Amino acid sequence: MTGSEKTSARMTQNRELCKGCGYCILQCPKDALSFSSTVNRKGYNVVDIDQEKCIQCAICYTVCPDSVFERVEA
Amino acid sequence: MSEKLTPKLLVEPNKFCPGCGHGIINRVLAEVLEESGLADQAVGALAVGCACLMMDTFGTDWVQAPHGRAAAVAVGVKRMRPECCVFTYQGDGDSMSIGFSETLYAAIRNENITAILVNNGIFGMTGGQMAPTSLPGQKTTTSPKGRDAATTGQPLNMIDQMKHLPIGYLARGSVASAKDINNLKKYIKTAIETQMNGGGYSMVEVLSFCPTNWKMNMEKSVAHVQDTVKAIFPVGEFVKNGERTDA
Repeated sequence: MTGSEKTSARMTQNRELCKGCGYCILQCPKDALSFSSTVNRKGYNVVDIDQEKCIQCAICYTVCPDSVFERVEA
Repeated sequence: MSEKLTPKLLVEPNKFCPGCGHGIINRVLAEVLEESGLADQAVGALAVGCACLMMDTFGTDWVQAPHGRAAAVAVGVKRMRPECCVFTYQGDGDSMSIGFSETLYAAIRNENITAILVNNGIFGMTGGQMAPTSLPGQKTTTSPKGRDAATTGQPLNMIDQMKHLPIGYLARGSVASAKDINNLKKYIKTAIETQMNGGGYSMVEVLSFCPTNWKMNMEKSVAHVQDTVKAIFPVGEFVKNGERTDA
Protein backbone atom coordinates (compact mmCIF):
# COMPACT_ATOMS: atom_id res chain seq x y z
CA MET A 1 0.00 0.00 0.00
CA THR A 2 1.44 3.38 -0.94
CA GLY A 3 1.03 6.52 1.08
CA SER A 4 -1.68 7.89 -1.15
CA GLU A 5 -3.86 4.82 -0.44
CA LYS A 6 -3.57 5.19 3.30
CA THR A 7 -6.92 5.63 4.97
CA SER A 8 -7.86 7.44 8.12
CA ALA A 9 -8.03 4.14 10.00
CA ARG A 10 -5.58 3.57 12.78
CA MET A 11 -4.62 0.63 14.98
CA THR A 12 -4.93 1.31 18.67
CA GLN A 13 -3.99 -0.87 21.60
CA ASN A 14 -4.90 -1.34 25.23
CA ARG A 15 -1.55 -2.28 26.68
CA GLU A 16 -2.99 -3.24 30.04
CA LEU A 17 -4.68 -6.25 28.41
CA CYS A 18 -1.44 -7.53 26.85
CA LYS A 19 0.13 -10.71 28.24
CA GLY A 20 3.25 -10.44 26.10
CA CYS A 21 2.82 -13.69 24.14
CA GLY A 22 4.19 -12.12 20.95
CA TYR A 23 1.77 -13.85 18.56
CA CYS A 24 0.99 -10.49 16.91
CA ILE A 25 4.71 -9.87 16.30
CA LEU A 26 5.03 -13.27 14.60
CA GLN A 27 2.05 -12.65 12.31
CA CYS A 28 2.49 -8.96 11.39
CA PRO A 29 3.23 -8.87 7.62
CA LYS A 30 5.02 -5.51 7.81
CA ASP A 31 7.17 -6.05 10.91
CA ALA A 32 5.40 -3.08 12.44
CA LEU A 33 5.19 -4.67 15.88
CA SER A 34 7.96 -5.25 18.39
CA PHE A 35 8.34 -5.83 22.10
CA SER A 36 8.55 -2.62 24.07
CA SER A 37 11.10 -2.07 26.79
CA THR A 38 8.24 -1.30 29.19
CA VAL A 39 5.95 -3.58 31.14
CA ASN A 40 2.29 -3.12 32.02
CA ARG A 41 0.74 -3.26 35.47
CA LYS A 42 0.47 -7.04 35.25
CA GLY A 43 4.21 -7.20 34.63
CA TYR A 44 4.03 -8.35 31.02
CA ASN A 45 6.35 -7.01 28.35
CA VAL A 46 3.99 -5.12 26.02
CA VAL A 47 4.12 -4.47 22.27
CA ASP A 48 4.87 -1.26 20.37
CA ILE A 49 3.22 -0.37 17.04
CA ASP A 50 5.34 1.42 14.44
CA GLN A 51 2.55 3.53 12.89
CA GLU A 52 4.77 4.39 9.92
CA LYS A 53 5.06 0.73 8.89
CA CYS A 54 1.49 -0.22 9.88
CA ILE A 55 -1.01 -0.73 7.02
CA GLN A 56 -4.02 -1.25 9.35
CA CYS A 57 -4.59 -4.79 8.05
CA ALA A 58 -5.79 -5.74 11.57
CA ILE A 59 -4.05 -9.12 11.53
CA CYS A 60 -2.90 -8.25 15.06
CA TYR A 61 -6.58 -7.84 16.00
CA THR A 62 -7.33 -11.23 14.44
CA VAL A 63 -4.59 -13.18 16.19
CA CYS A 64 -4.45 -11.46 19.58
CA PRO A 65 -5.88 -13.75 22.30
CA ASP A 66 -6.38 -10.81 24.64
CA SER A 67 -8.18 -8.23 22.48
CA VAL A 68 -5.35 -5.72 22.82
CA PHE A 69 -5.77 -4.23 19.34
CA GLU A 70 -8.61 -2.41 17.64
CA ARG A 71 -8.87 -0.70 14.28
CA VAL A 72 -10.66 2.64 14.62
CA GLU A 73 -11.50 5.42 12.25
CA ALA A 74 -9.40 8.40 13.19
CA MET B 1 -11.73 0.28 5.79
CA SER B 2 -14.15 -0.89 8.45
CA GLU B 3 -13.57 -0.62 12.14
CA LYS B 4 -12.51 -3.70 14.07
CA LEU B 5 -13.68 -3.38 17.62
CA THR B 6 -13.63 -5.91 20.42
CA PRO B 7 -17.05 -7.61 20.63
CA LYS B 8 -19.23 -6.33 23.45
CA LEU B 9 -19.92 -9.90 24.50
CA LEU B 10 -16.41 -10.01 25.92
CA VAL B 11 -17.44 -8.18 29.05
CA GLU B 12 -14.15 -8.57 30.92
CA PRO B 13 -10.54 -9.42 30.06
CA ASN B 14 -10.13 -13.18 29.77
CA LYS B 15 -8.34 -15.19 32.44
CA PHE B 16 -6.34 -17.50 30.20
CA CYS B 17 -2.55 -17.92 30.21
CA PRO B 18 -0.41 -15.83 27.82
CA GLY B 19 -0.74 -17.10 24.25
CA CYS B 20 -3.69 -19.41 24.99
CA GLY B 21 -5.83 -20.15 21.95
CA HIS B 22 -9.02 -19.97 24.02
CA GLY B 23 -8.82 -16.16 23.96
CA ILE B 24 -8.92 -16.15 20.16
CA ILE B 25 -11.73 -18.71 19.95
CA ASN B 26 -13.75 -16.75 22.53
CA ARG B 27 -13.45 -13.60 20.45
CA VAL B 28 -14.35 -15.37 17.19
CA LEU B 29 -17.43 -16.93 18.81
CA ALA B 30 -18.44 -13.54 20.25
CA GLU B 31 -18.10 -11.94 16.80
CA VAL B 32 -20.24 -14.63 15.18
CA LEU B 33 -22.99 -14.38 17.80
CA GLU B 34 -23.09 -10.58 17.56
CA GLU B 35 -23.02 -10.49 13.76
CA SER B 36 -25.78 -13.12 13.65
CA GLY B 37 -27.95 -11.12 16.06
CA LEU B 38 -27.95 -14.00 18.52
CA ALA B 39 -26.05 -12.44 21.42
CA ASP B 40 -29.19 -12.12 23.53
CA GLN B 41 -30.59 -15.57 22.81
CA ALA B 42 -27.44 -17.65 23.09
CA VAL B 43 -27.07 -20.16 25.91
CA GLY B 44 -23.80 -21.98 26.43
CA ALA B 45 -23.05 -25.12 28.39
CA LEU B 46 -19.67 -25.46 30.08
CA ALA B 47 -18.40 -28.47 31.94
CA VAL B 48 -14.84 -28.48 33.21
CA GLY B 49 -11.34 -27.22 32.51
CA CYS B 50 -9.97 -23.94 31.23
CA ALA B 51 -13.12 -23.42 29.14
CA CYS B 52 -15.03 -22.68 32.35
CA LEU B 53 -12.95 -19.55 32.90
CA MET B 54 -15.03 -17.86 30.19
CA MET B 55 -18.20 -17.99 32.27
CA ASP B 56 -17.19 -14.75 34.01
CA THR B 57 -15.86 -12.93 30.96
CA PHE B 58 -18.18 -13.94 28.10
CA GLY B 59 -21.53 -12.22 28.37
CA THR B 60 -24.03 -14.87 27.27
CA ASP B 61 -26.15 -17.03 29.53
CA TRP B 62 -24.38 -20.15 30.77
CA VAL B 63 -25.27 -23.44 32.35
CA GLN B 64 -22.62 -25.26 34.34
CA ALA B 65 -22.81 -28.95 33.50
CA PRO B 66 -21.22 -31.79 35.46
CA HIS B 67 -17.74 -32.87 34.34
CA GLY B 68 -17.76 -33.58 30.60
CA ARG B 69 -21.55 -33.54 30.30
CA ALA B 70 -22.04 -30.20 28.55
CA ALA B 71 -23.60 -31.83 25.48
CA ALA B 72 -26.28 -33.58 27.56
CA VAL B 73 -27.16 -30.33 29.33
CA ALA B 74 -27.18 -28.36 26.07
CA VAL B 75 -29.56 -30.93 24.55
CA GLY B 76 -31.94 -30.43 27.46
CA VAL B 77 -31.87 -26.65 27.07
CA LYS B 78 -32.39 -26.84 23.30
CA ARG B 79 -35.33 -29.23 23.57
CA MET B 80 -37.07 -26.94 26.06
CA ARG B 81 -36.04 -23.63 24.47
CA PRO B 82 -35.73 -24.34 20.73
CA GLU B 83 -35.66 -20.61 19.91
CA CYS B 84 -32.33 -20.24 21.72
CA CYS B 85 -28.94 -20.66 20.12
CA VAL B 86 -27.52 -23.43 22.30
CA PHE B 87 -23.88 -24.39 22.17
CA THR B 88 -21.27 -26.25 24.16
CA TYR B 89 -17.74 -24.99 24.58
CA GLN B 90 -15.33 -27.65 25.81
CA GLY B 91 -11.72 -28.65 25.66
CA ASP B 92 -10.51 -32.01 24.42
CA GLY B 93 -10.10 -33.62 27.83
CA ASP B 94 -13.57 -32.42 28.75
CA SER B 95 -15.44 -33.39 25.59
CA MET B 96 -13.41 -36.31 24.23
CA SER B 97 -12.30 -38.08 27.40
CA ILE B 98 -14.54 -37.34 30.36
CA GLY B 99 -17.59 -36.57 28.23
CA PHE B 100 -16.89 -38.70 25.16
CA SER B 101 -20.18 -40.58 25.51
CA GLU B 102 -22.34 -37.46 25.84
CA THR B 103 -20.52 -35.69 23.00
CA LEU B 104 -20.84 -38.61 20.61
CA TYR B 105 -24.40 -39.54 21.50
CA ALA B 106 -25.58 -35.98 20.93
CA ALA B 107 -24.18 -36.38 17.40
CA ILE B 108 -25.62 -39.88 16.97
CA ARG B 109 -29.07 -38.53 17.85
CA ASN B 110 -28.43 -35.54 15.56
CA GLU B 111 -29.45 -33.14 18.32
CA ASN B 112 -29.89 -29.60 17.06
CA ILE B 113 -27.04 -28.02 19.04
CA THR B 114 -23.63 -26.61 18.18
CA ALA B 115 -20.52 -28.07 19.81
CA ILE B 116 -17.21 -26.25 19.89
CA LEU B 117 -14.42 -28.62 20.88
CA VAL B 118 -11.04 -27.06 21.54
CA ASN B 119 -8.22 -29.52 20.87
CA ASN B 120 -4.85 -28.57 22.35
CA GLY B 121 -3.72 -32.15 22.86
CA ILE B 122 -3.36 -31.93 26.62
CA PHE B 123 -5.23 -31.52 29.90
CA GLY B 124 -4.40 -27.87 30.44
CA MET B 125 -6.02 -26.79 33.66
CA THR B 126 -4.91 -29.80 35.68
CA GLY B 127 -1.25 -29.33 34.79
CA GLY B 128 -0.53 -30.84 31.39
CA GLN B 129 -1.45 -34.52 31.59
CA MET B 130 -1.81 -36.73 28.51
CA ALA B 131 -5.19 -36.38 26.80
CA PRO B 132 -6.91 -38.67 24.27
CA THR B 133 -5.75 -36.23 21.59
CA SER B 134 -2.08 -36.14 22.64
CA LEU B 135 0.13 -37.05 19.70
CA PRO B 136 2.31 -40.17 19.60
CA GLY B 137 5.63 -39.23 21.18
CA GLN B 138 4.20 -36.12 22.84
CA LYS B 139 5.77 -35.51 26.24
CA THR B 140 3.34 -34.65 29.01
CA THR B 141 3.48 -34.91 32.79
CA THR B 142 1.93 -38.40 32.59
CA SER B 143 3.90 -39.47 29.52
CA PRO B 144 7.35 -38.06 30.34
CA LYS B 145 9.05 -40.26 27.72
CA GLY B 146 6.46 -39.38 25.09
CA ARG B 147 3.07 -40.96 24.41
CA ASP B 148 3.51 -44.62 23.50
CA ALA B 149 0.78 -45.43 21.00
CA ALA B 150 1.42 -49.15 21.45
CA THR B 151 0.10 -49.03 25.00
CA THR B 152 -2.15 -45.95 25.01
CA GLY B 153 -3.60 -46.10 21.51
CA GLN B 154 -3.67 -43.58 18.71
CA PRO B 155 -4.92 -40.00 19.20
CA LEU B 156 -8.71 -39.73 19.19
CA ASN B 157 -10.00 -38.16 15.99
CA MET B 158 -13.51 -36.94 16.83
CA ILE B 159 -14.21 -35.90 13.23
CA ASP B 160 -13.58 -39.49 12.11
CA GLN B 161 -16.01 -40.69 14.78
CA MET B 162 -18.74 -38.35 13.57
CA LYS B 163 -18.39 -37.87 9.84
CA HIS B 164 -20.31 -41.03 8.96
CA LEU B 165 -23.30 -39.93 11.02
CA PRO B 166 -26.37 -38.14 9.61
CA ILE B 167 -25.52 -34.75 11.15
CA GLY B 168 -25.76 -31.18 9.92
CA TYR B 169 -22.27 -29.75 9.93
CA LEU B 170 -18.76 -30.87 10.83
CA ALA B 171 -15.53 -28.93 10.48
CA ARG B 172 -12.10 -28.61 11.97
CA GLY B 173 -10.33 -25.26 12.14
CA SER B 174 -7.24 -23.88 13.77
CA VAL B 175 -5.96 -20.72 15.42
CA ALA B 176 -2.42 -21.10 14.09
CA SER B 177 -2.49 -18.19 11.60
CA ALA B 178 -4.66 -15.21 10.73
CA LYS B 179 -5.95 -17.08 7.66
CA ASP B 180 -6.85 -20.10 9.77
CA ILE B 181 -8.68 -17.86 12.25
CA ASN B 182 -10.69 -16.25 9.43
CA ASN B 183 -11.62 -19.73 8.18
CA LEU B 184 -12.50 -20.75 11.72
CA LYS B 185 -14.92 -17.86 11.93
CA LYS B 186 -16.66 -19.08 8.74
CA TYR B 187 -16.89 -22.59 10.19
CA ILE B 188 -18.39 -21.41 13.48
CA LYS B 189 -20.80 -19.13 11.62
CA THR B 190 -21.95 -22.00 9.40
CA ALA B 191 -22.33 -24.25 12.44
CA ILE B 192 -24.52 -21.70 14.23
CA GLU B 193 -26.56 -21.10 11.06
CA THR B 194 -27.05 -24.84 10.67
CA GLN B 195 -28.48 -25.03 14.18
CA MET B 196 -30.74 -21.98 13.81
CA ASN B 197 -32.07 -23.35 10.50
CA GLY B 198 -32.93 -26.64 12.19
CA GLY B 199 -30.22 -28.47 10.28
CA GLY B 200 -29.22 -30.78 13.12
CA TYR B 201 -26.03 -31.35 15.03
CA SER B 202 -23.11 -29.10 14.19
CA MET B 203 -19.60 -29.42 15.53
CA VAL B 204 -16.42 -27.43 15.03
CA GLU B 205 -13.19 -28.80 16.41
CA VAL B 206 -10.49 -26.17 16.86
CA LEU B 207 -6.78 -26.98 16.91
CA SER B 208 -5.37 -24.71 19.57
CA PHE B 209 -2.20 -24.30 21.55
CA CYS B 210 -1.25 -24.44 25.22
CA PRO B 211 2.18 -22.76 25.40
CA THR B 212 2.21 -23.05 29.19
CA ASN B 213 1.86 -26.82 29.39
CA TRP B 214 3.56 -27.56 26.08
CA LYS B 215 6.51 -25.64 27.57
CA MET B 216 6.99 -23.89 24.24
CA ASN B 217 7.18 -20.23 23.33
CA MET B 218 4.66 -18.77 20.91
CA GLU B 219 6.80 -19.31 17.82
CA LYS B 220 7.31 -23.01 18.57
CA SER B 221 3.66 -23.47 19.54
CA VAL B 222 2.44 -22.06 16.23
CA ALA B 223 4.96 -24.15 14.28
CA HIS B 224 3.92 -27.26 16.24
CA VAL B 225 0.28 -26.85 15.20
CA GLN B 226 1.12 -25.97 11.61
CA ASP B 227 3.73 -28.69 11.01
CA THR B 228 2.83 -31.53 13.35
CA VAL B 229 -0.74 -31.34 14.67
CA LYS B 230 -2.35 -30.51 11.32
CA ALA B 231 -0.66 -33.56 9.73
CA ILE B 232 -2.60 -35.81 12.11
CA PHE B 233 -5.75 -33.69 12.44
CA PRO B 234 -6.41 -32.19 8.97
CA VAL B 235 -8.47 -28.99 8.87
CA GLY B 236 -11.46 -28.22 6.65
CA GLU B 237 -15.16 -28.94 6.33
CA PHE B 238 -16.18 -32.58 6.50
CA VAL B 239 -19.99 -32.43 6.53
CA LYS B 240 -22.09 -29.53 5.27
CA ASN B 241 -25.89 -29.39 5.02
CA GLY B 242 -25.95 -33.03 6.00
CA GLU B 243 -23.73 -34.08 3.08
CA ARG B 244 -20.15 -35.32 3.24
CA THR B 245 -17.85 -32.79 1.63
CA ASP B 246 -14.52 -34.49 2.22
CA ALA B 247 -15.22 -37.72 0.29
